[in-house]
Amino acid sequence: MAEQALSGLKVVEYGSFISAPYCTKLMADLGAEVIKIEEPGLGDESRRYGPFPDDISHPERSGLFLYLNGNKLGTTLNVKTRTGQKILKELLKDADVFVESNPPKKMADLKLDYAALGELNPRLIVTSITPFGQTGPYRDYKGYAINTAALGGQSMRTGEPDREPLAPALSQSHYQSGAMGSASTFGALFSRMSTGMGQHVDISEAEVWATIHLGHGVHLGVFEGRKSIRAGHRTISVYPWCILPCKDGYMCLIAIQGYQWKRFLEAMGSPEWMGDPRFRDRIVMAFEHADEVDSLVEAWLIEHTKEEIFEMCRQGQITFAPVRNLAEVAHNPHFEERKYFVEMDRRYAGTLKYPGAPYKLSETPWQLERPAPLLGEHNEEIYCGRLGYSKEDLVRMRRGGII
Amino acid sequence: MAVYPLQAYRVVDFSWVWAGPLLGMILADMGAEVIKVETNKRLDSARLTPGRSTVGPETDFVFHSMNRNKLGITVDMSDPRGAELIKDLIKISDVAVENFSPKGLRNLGLQYETLSGINPKLVMISLPAAGQYGPLSDIVTYAPSLGALCGYSSLIGYPGERVLGEQTPYLDVNSAIHGAFAVMAALYYRERTGRGQYIDMAQIEVGASTIGEAFMEYFMNGRVMGTTGNRNPVMAPHNNYPCLGEGRWVSIAVKTDDEWLGFCNAIGNPPWTEDVRFSDKFNRMRSQDELDRLVSAWTIGHTDYEVMDILQKAGVAATPCLDLMERFSDPQFEARGTHLQVEHPATGVDIIAGIPFKLSDTPCEVHRHAPLLGEHNEYVFGELLSRTKEEIAQLIEDKVIY
Repeated sequence: MAEQALSGLKVVEYGSFISAPYCTKLMADLGAEVIKIEEPGLGDESRRYGPFPDDISHPERSGLFLYLNGNKLGTTLNVKTRTGQKILKELLKDADVFVESNPPKKMADLKLDYAALGELNPRLIVTSITPFGQTGPYRDYKGYAINTAALGGQSMRTGEPDREPLAPALSQSHYQSGAMGSASTFGALFSRMSTGMGQHVDISEAEVWATIHLGHGVHLGVFEGRKSIRAGHRTISVYPWCILPCKDGYMCLIAIQGYQWKRFLEAMGSPEWMGDPRFRDRIVMAFEHADEVDSLVEAWLIEHTKEEIFEMCRQGQITFAPVRNLAEVAHNPHFEERKYFVEMDRRYAGTLKYPGAPYKLSETPWQLERPAPLLGEHNEEIYCGRLGYSKEDLVRMRRGGII
Repeated sequence: MAVYPLQAYRVVDFSWVWAGPLLGMILADMGAEVIKVETNKRLDSARLTPGRSTVGPETDFVFHSMNRNKLGITVDMSDPRGAELIKDLIKISDVAVENFSPKGLRNLGLQYETLSGINPKLVMISLPAAGQYGPLSDIVTYAPSLGALCGYSSLIGYPGERVLGEQTPYLDVNSAIHGAFAVMAALYYRERTGRGQYIDMAQIEVGASTIGEAFMEYFMNGRVMGTTGNRNPVMAPHNNYPCLGEGRWVSIAVKTDDEWLGFCNAIGNPPWTEDVRFSDKFNRMRSQDELDRLVSAWTIGHTDYEVMDILQKAGVAATPCLDLMERFSDPQFEARGTHLQVEHPATGVDIIAGIPFKLSDTPCEVHRHAPLLGEHNEYVFGELLSRTKEEIAQLIEDKVIY
């Protein structure tokens, strides 16, 4: 097998749902060996989340689980039992990275916190991805994706001004903390090259929102008393910066440079209203006349399909884009030419397409080499093959609910 | 002496606006020597964010936040002597970051093929909207176009209502985080093999990667997910609810039966909580609109922080929806140094984003304010590239260093 970017890196994941699994997915897809530990019988929460073919729940057919756990080895282990703990520690003795997303208190109670694991294997990097982090007054609070996006400030920026703020679609909070977890883990790996020592990487999901996503504008609130503005389908800045309906969907209209808007007006056939003195200054338009101009533009948009408008815009170097739905993206020639979506066959799930490489590395390409593991699929390979347990041990542990 | 994770690496950061500079920020926060390449001929627009009350290219806090910990040089790369300086810098660097359109660096003769010829160990990442090849690769976009083209924006809106689309630079930041990881993965490979490589990152592909379950729904069932608002497939209540005070909201999410019982107890078990419409998860999901109305009737009598206190004590996930000022003063963020105050020569004190991760033993910090235009010209061109004072003066005179 060709050398991959992260070949030789040994990762153990004891997390659930999206954040930790996405974190280790990024590593597994570039060649790290990821051993995933799931609860016996139940498995990762995402196995029960779906989507499922024909909406029939089945732990081996959850789209989210299948997507997030390709390229990983799957084991089951009850770490609440003494033997389970012992086995986990045997695995971690030889690992480079341990990624987990459990409540800090649970890890401390299980004596699996960094204090214990660092002693076990001083070179180990422990990456904990939690809603609020390992310290501070909210450390033991509960938080789902909607809660961390709320505290971190992202929700306040989306939605209609007088209606409830909208959290980012699906579970973006978890994807963000997961991705930040992988980047930060590598920070720790590079530190280890100079110090020889592992350390604890503490990712707070709310903090990822509040810092790299939204921390750059906080001074406006502190010094100028400004508030975020939710303006529905538009951003109030210059006109146009909005999403408007067209014949078969929506168009994203944005023109930062004046010529881009001018060219669009020309492409629309230079409507009479463009001469209206109220529509001369695009900032004034954005702040005072946006509803009115929206309806004038919409009247034209609604006569044309998004691809027609897009084609016209690309010819005129106008920076508008079609709002593509997921089917349109899935069949888009650009994604096709770049082979973004990849196919994989899996027992129970069948042959399916999956979203693929978020980046293309020229020497060590992203690869989907194996599908997500069945629950406990690699128990024997890991526990017998690596740790030296016998098949009889395995049977005993299965009976005892340990694996 | 303090150890920083990436202290052994030098990064040439050609990027501007949001996505690229934030990728560079992560590397700089980790201690890499990140040299931001700018030119007075065309300023990074993040230095001049429109609508700010600040004046001039040295006072923009957004720029200061995104470019802290970096060094700054000014050079006109369209002048062959400027390009020569850059090539010399690449020779002694480890990473290059750029987010021009695919033609951008090629037109300057500074594309990867050339740079890797000069330095085969170079790790270079490009992160334009749509990547280096493919029918959309030459597209000119702004942040909202990314959400439009990758499918993400089609999900944004109240359930079943019109598309509102992503209005924030969310996907730019998403790209920055993924890109920083990819760069470090490539460096990790280089440590073992001595080989550099090129990373072609299309921002619309990164955007598609974080909505995996929606694509799976399409591939499995042929169903196209639309606007979902705050609805969640397995939780109810799951929404942002109005609170006491103008424009204040609190997020509440209830997943398990235990959490539901905790929620009911915490709000004093009003009779409606025993209504058969809310008797189990399935029913609560089905009666969400009514449930949201009843929950709102309770939250509206409390402040957002009161709701969080009451519900978290009962084991229920709830947090206020915070705006700028509230984030700055929130006890959790305050305790963890989520926002930082650092000195800057042009503004006095900046309030900027803190480090987005915490490393226990080799902690990262903001040790340097964002560079003034050309602040490190002397260090980079003189010390690193050994140009004499006279040569530098001439290059400044000729507006090559500019």
